[in-house]
Amino acid sequence: MSTPPSLRDLRALTQARIALGAHGAGLPTAASLAFGLDHARAREAVWTPLDAAAIRAALTEQGLDAVEVRSQAADRAEYLRRPDKGRALHPDCESVLDKAGTGFDLAIVIGDGLSATAVALNAVPTAAALAARAKRAGWSLAPVVVASQARVALGDPVGARLGARAVVMLIGERPGLSASDSLGCYITFAPEPGLPDSRRNCISNIRQDGLSIESATAQMEALLRAMIAQKLSGVGLRRDEAALPGA
Amino acid sequence: MAYATTIEGTRFTFPDLKSLMAKATPARSGDQLAGLCAEGPVERLAAQIALADLPLKTFLEQELIPSEADEVSDLIARRHDAQAFAPVSSMTVGAFREWLLSPDADAPALTALSPGLTPEMVAAVSKICRLQDLVAVAAKRPVVTRFRSTIGLPGRLSTRNQPNHPTDSSEGILVSALDGLLMGSGDAVIGVNPATDSLPDYIRIVELLETLRLRLNVPTQHCCLGHVTVAIDAMARGAPVDLVFQSVAGSQKANAGFGVDLAVLREASDAARALGRCPQGGQVMYFETGQGSALSADAHWGVDQQTMEARAYAVAREFDPLLVNTVVGFIGPEYLYNGKQIIRAGLEDHFCGKLLGLPMGVDVCYTNHADADGEDMDALLTLLCAAGVNFVITVPGADDVMLNYQSLSHHDAVFARETLGRPPAPEFEAWLREVGVTDARGLLRGGAGELPGPFADASRLLPGRAA
Repeated sequence: MSTPPSLRDLRALTQARIALGAHGAGLPTAASLAFGLDHARAREAVWTPLDAAAIRAALTEQGLDAVEVRSQAADRAEYLRRPDKGRALHPDCESVLDKAGTGFDLAIVIGDGLSATAVALNAVPTAAALAARAKRAGWSLAPVVVASQARVALGDPVGARLGARAVVMLIGERPGLSASDSLGCYITFAPEPGLPDSRRNCISNIRQDGLSIESATAQMEALLRAMIAQKLSGVGLRRDEAALPGA
Repeated sequence: MAYATTIEGTRFTFPDLKSLMAKATPARSGDQLAGLCAEGPVERLAAQIALADLPLKTFLEQELIPSEADEVSDLIARRHDAQAFAPVSSMTVGAFREWLLSPDADAPALTALSPGLTPEMVAAVSKICRLQDLVAVAAKRPVVTRFRSTIGLPGRLSTRNQPNHPTDSSEGILVSALDGLLMGSGDAVIGVNPATDSLPDYIRIVELLETLRLRLNVPTQHCCLGHVTVAIDAMARGAPVDLVFQSVAGSQKANAGFGVDLAVLREASDAARALGRCPQGGQVMYFETGQGSALSADAHWGVDQQTMEARAYAVAREFDPLLVNTVVGFIGPEYLYNGKQIIRAGLEDHFCGKLLGLPMGVDVCYTNHADADGEDMDALLTLLCAAGVNFVITVPGADDVMLNYQSLSHHDAVFARETLGRPPAPEFEAWLREVGVTDARGLLRGGAGELPGPFADASRLLPGRAA
């Protein structure tokens, strides 16, 4: 007679926390503390302020000009309660964008979103890789905008103010328990304030153990090419033309 | 009509019933976001004092959302039972609270009263209840439903085993469901939130759950929580559908945002009943709700989010459901900001649902951007057990790897059984003993993932493991 299998042997079939073991109703100590650590990491990603100066310095090191703006959300607590304020550009920042010039093919915005961790780890290399693709494509690039207390839709007023044909928002995604460092990318063609989510295209899960920066920026370039050809973005964009170049 | 109260010479006025209700609502971020909340604690108390003096029957005379423009309001008005309402018809909201707390309001009295109550009445009285009141009153109102298990009997707690998987992998769903069953979770339902909403996936998932149920002979029911229209198509193709699921909200416009109306829910309910899987007198529908869903769909009509939530229960009540739960902390901190707000909302929703006669459960949960953690969930579970909640949702290690939020863990169900003395449905309790998951005293045996005989057989459902 064969030994009955243990659920532990089947752990590879799911990321779910199965077969943890139990002491009465309690988790084993190591599992309990591991859960606490994962939640602490996720909370840290949400609550850590964006170090905009460091992001700017890192962009400069990559040869990219950068400016800083903020939304109308005064702090993290207001940001979490008032998504509407996180979508609106602070009036004090309008002049910063006006000085940066106008009439670009592409604007890249780096926003903290819900994970400063994701931005700190992944935003600069992603922006640099996309900027290199823009250069090869012959697209003019606005100075990179580093935005604090930013929601996805803040990219639209920023892009509009810069007179950009398309805006790419790179933003920290809501952290899960297993990954706190996912960067999301939202692209709008012909950005203007107040556009619905259905006018944007999204690429998500950009991180070391998720979608690679190389693959993500290749998808961004393909989406941008399709948008320029079709003069639109969002649900109406035909994705067959957004296929990876050479794929 | 305006409402007013004077506190130490300061007169507070509220231009209409909607604003009186909103300003009397205990603080929460969703009402702040909507611009409806009181300006501070004193104005809130002034509104609560004015609300306490309001005759209950005002809610029959004045609609917060007009029936002509909203089928949920129309349903509430049509279904109101004046005879059932008679015992409390002359009370103010404040006197109604006192009556609910008194020994006169026992289980038979509360059960008889339910058809006479509207969502607005129960929402109003909940706004002047503290947490202890919400627990004490709800604990007196059992609501029992049946399919293969009997859910909601006094002194018991059922669980939904939620074996979600990010890509709906059959193996992933199966091992997660087994993990839950080995911890004693799943007597309310084994219910999967599908990552995709396609018909073939829906059918594959219910067939998988059906095979698992039959192989282990589990006295429970299963559900794929896809859209109701997908369930209708699956039933038409002969899929083994136990329960039909749908998210519902408190206005016609918000339900339209979910892609449903009362007619399609009726069609689904009739189709599920016609399958004949449910015993005579049993229930076949499963609904989820949550504060903030109407506001997020811009379909709240200027009404506070807790009253909109109670109105969703009028939709659920129309279809005599087996299970209803609020997904209390899922929607995010812009609606319920922190542990305190989530705990209160969970108890309010349970209280309002029970008074309206619903078999109310709660998904005790939070997201990582809310100011809440597992300790808040410990507190809410314990309070809900005191309040007699019908069921809660549990997942492996409190981590839902598909929906990316934290619910309760299967371990928490063990805590409720062994520390709070809340065994599961009697049929499932007997089954747990029979298959060796629990011992003669109902305590979890071993636990460390060893598969008792019948489960080892179930693991052969996995590809490459056929006997």
